[in-house]
Amino acid sequence: MSIRIAPPSANGAAEAAARFATTAPADVHYAVVDTPVGRVVAARTERGLARLAYEDFNGGTDRIVEQLADRISPRILKGEAKLDDVRRELDEYFSGARTAFDLPLDFSYVKGAFGRRILEACSTIPFGEVSTYGAMAVQAGSARAVRAAGNALGANPIPIVVPCHRVLRAGGGFGGYTGGIERKKTLLALEGVLR
Amino acid sequence: MIAFQRFLDEQRDVVWRFSVASVGRQEADDVFQETFLAAMSAYPRLRAGSNLQAWVLTIAHRKALDHFRARKRRPDLPGDVPEQAIHDDAPADDELWAQVRELPAKQRAAITLRYAADLDYASIGKALGTSADAARRSAHEGLKKLRQEATA
Repeated sequence: MSIRIAPPSANGAAEAAARFATTAPADVHYAVVDTPVGRVVAARTERGLARLAYEDFNGGTDRIVEQLADRISPRILKGEAKLDDVRRELDEYFSGARTAFDLPLDFSYVKGAFGRRILEACSTIPFGEVSTYGAMAVQAGSARAVRAAGNALGANPIPIVVPCHRVLRAGGGFGGYTGGIERKKTLLALEGVLR
Repeated sequence: MIAFQRFLDEQRDVVWRFSVASVGRQEADDVFQETFLAAMSAYPRLRAGSNLQAWVLTIAHRKALDHFRARKRRPDLPGDVPEQAIHDDAPADDELWAQVRELPAKQRAAITLRYAADLDYASIGKALGTSADAARRSAHEGLKKLRQEATA
């Protein structure tokens, strides 16, 4: 007599994987967050928020996650609860209840010291105010590096929280935005800069 | 190196099937969690281009072996003899795997890696520290024994 030897059913595998993802000590945790300006992928390390990527402008969640794996650590897991404070502060910001974020930040996604200095300079622009690419370059210690400042802000890995939407051209032009110019206008309108 | 979440998504079913077959549904989660914890710890040192499925199953095989040994040392715990493993609500296939667990270690491991986890004999040989041919022989001997029991 022959024996039929089939693998056990995979029932329970998805739940086991979910249990693992919520308890395992990953280097990076991420979650997809809905905002009034679209879906963003938020990622944090133990140091702080490292990425807030507009899903549509970055090739989708899978691509964003693979880039985090390459740039920060491959030990990355989905962890909805680990991003609860980020979700809450974003909700408060978009509902008008919050004008400054209290989230610790991790700039390890950024390559180069100049890029980090530009993002740190940008972080000091208050809610409802605007600055220029030139002013950012000066604040980062290289007055002539206006174009490099623009590039660094265009590559801002944590938009909204690091408010690169508050940086405009010296002549008053909008400049670019990592999530598209319409989003920049929406954020400036939310902050009362645009009417 | 692919993100660990994707690795988990891609390998979870095969590791789960292997865990259920190796130690039964009751304790499968322990083997599953220990396997992926160990995998995550070693993950950054893994060579690019490695066969991820063979790698994670080699880890799972060791974790299952640990469980087997721990259980042998605690004879007071309910054993995994077929009479007790057969529950009315358990899938029919689980009964056969309970019989596989009664086989000698090499036969048990070879059959489980081959038929629960769908690993090829070359990879099974590596996981067991033996040759592909030896792994194939172990599986065939085990199958023969199961057949004899079925007709006995």
